[in-house]
Amino acid sequence: MLSYIIRRSLMAIPLLFGITIISFGIIHLAPGDPTALLMDPNIKPEDKVAFMEKYGLNDPMHIQYLKWVGNMLQGDFGQSLIRTGTDVSYLIVERLPNTLFLMLVSTLLAVLISIPFGIISARKPYTLTDYSVTFTSFIGLATPNFWLGLVLIMFLSVQLGWFPTGGIATLNEPFSLWDRIHHLVLPAFVLATADMAGLTRYTRTSMLDVLKQDYIRTARAKGFKERRVVYKHGLRNGLIPVITIFGLMLPSFFAGTVIVEKIFNWPGIGLLFVDAAFQRDYPVIMAVTVIAAVLTVIGNLIADILYAVFDPRIEY
Amino acid sequence: MSQPENQLRPNVPVSPEPLAPFPQEKPDTLRKIAFDKFMKNKLAVIGLVVLIIIITAAICAPLLTQYNPNNQELLKKLQPPGSEHWLGVDTLGRDMYTRLLYGARVSLLVGFSSVTVSIIIGTIVGAIAGYYGGRIDNFLMRTVDVFLSFPSLFLLITLVTIFDPSIDKLILAFALFGWTTTARLVRGEFLSLRSREFVLAAKTMGVKSSRIIFSHILPNAMGPIIVTATLNVGIIILAESALSYLGLGIQPPTPSWGNMLQDAQSLTIMYTAPWYPIFPGLMILITVLAFNFVGDGLRDAFDPKMKS
Repeated sequence: MLSYIIRRSLMAIPLLFGITIISFGIIHLAPGDPTALLMDPNIKPEDKVAFMEKYGLNDPMHIQYLKWVGNMLQGDFGQSLIRTGTDVSYLIVERLPNTLFLMLVSTLLAVLISIPFGIISARKPYTLTDYSVTFTSFIGLATPNFWLGLVLIMFLSVQLGWFPTGGIATLNEPFSLWDRIHHLVLPAFVLATADMAGLTRYTRTSMLDVLKQDYIRTARAKGFKERRVVYKHGLRNGLIPVITIFGLMLPSFFAGTVIVEKIFNWPGIGLLFVDAAFQRDYPVIMAVTVIAAVLTVIGNLIADILYAVFDPRIEY
Repeated sequence: MSQPENQLRPNVPVSPEPLAPFPQEKPDTLRKIAFDKFMKNKLAVIGLVVLIIIITAAICAPLLTQYNPNNQELLKKLQPPGSEHWLGVDTLGRDMYTRLLYGARVSLLVGFSSVTVSIIIGTIVGAIAGYYGGRIDNFLMRTVDVFLSFPSLFLLITLVTIFDPSIDKLILAFALFGWTTTARLVRGEFLSLRSREFVLAAKTMGVKSSRIIFSHILPNAMGPIIVTATLNVGIIILAESALSYLGLGIQPPTPSWGNMLQDAQSLTIMYTAPWYPIFPGLMILITVLAFNFVGDGLRDAFDPKMKS
């Protein structure tokens, strides 16, 4: 087991290498030199040279890349171009917990809603119930989540006034749990819908597969109650493939946070990213991209390891 | 001994004419079987009809409306849907229905073109990886892994901020992140097809590799490729609308379903014109739903394991 974990972790290294190379490559595709973006075009040539020297912009590409990666490994993502003097790492440390919290709650919500529906669907396949669940997940898959967010804000927040229109807490008020939850409901729900459809369908397929197995028939033949057969005997095995799906869904989940945070004005790294994109704050853009990619790789790693833990049939 | 046979059974009359030939019906081609299966899938057929309507409407946009998509009549701004302006008027006094029609052109163009480019890249990469295997396969598939583990929206936005978004650059950017799933799929198909007898036969006869790949194996892998292509168009239309909504995709005044929703987040609209965001969103939903139904129908139709 331990050797599997080590081997699987080592496999993540070339991935991380590729991710940093692509990110670095893309930012260097930018036409013109970085000074053009940052400085007054009327700057004196010698000042420009001094600037290029100071930030190592005259170094060859591979040296710049190594420096960049080396700094990142030490948690140094450079400084924001727009909020001058602010470390990018500070901005990220300030925002990342909000994003992770939102993602965690949405994941729980998605699991609590879609797994039961997937099971119901699989228990009564090809019935009206099954078709309704499938049809609803088709609709969910095709709904743009920014639009769902807009419509929910419009009806539930603005027209009916049930929820706040955005933000993570009421400004200038002491912390209150209720207030936090109140702000959390809509963004967490919208973010969860992004993956609910897929999760329901995977649970259904996987449970259908498991419920056809011989040991399920044995359990039924023993006279166990249907509930026990499905939830105790079936579910344990049926959920194993769903774990991997989680890992695969992480990238779309991160993409979802960008949109949901923008709509609900949720102060996480997604909002930080969109704002930075508009201001062309490249160090922030790069940092968030790399962090999201690294978290995705780690998420996949954890999903694979959990898969091996829960399914002893996997050989490592 | 040389009695005519019928004398043994005198009751059976001998027909003087030779037996009518057994009706030689041509066996159904695979394509026909798939087509029949597809036509039996109600949702898929509905999806196809909806798509044909939307595509026709997009092509014939100028014939279906009397307004110009960029013509501003500021006095009428935010006029609700009615007989004059069927789906209302936007914040700059432009007819929403007209902009939806023209927006369909943009969204479909971006969807179809990016998928075409990404399918071409993905098929070539997947074919090479699956056909040759070994180190080439390993290298190409690790590259695919890198792309797949990226939250691609982040890189898309980064690309868009570096190069100002224009339709052709957006198409290329979507293609750049859309080819990976196709590559994986095609590789899998090639891996299983390359050891089949017909490929071995072609190899023994000295057919060139490129010819084996494109005229022997590829036609057999077309089914799954068409399925992903269809589903991918929906995915790209969703992604394009999200980017355009954020203001990082198709730039106004060119209408796209996503950027038509940009104004919708202002509180005034939310209070006074709740109809405003409904139609562009519904168009995206219906179109993507239709692509998904058709894609799913095609998958079942091409799958020989599924009974019709």
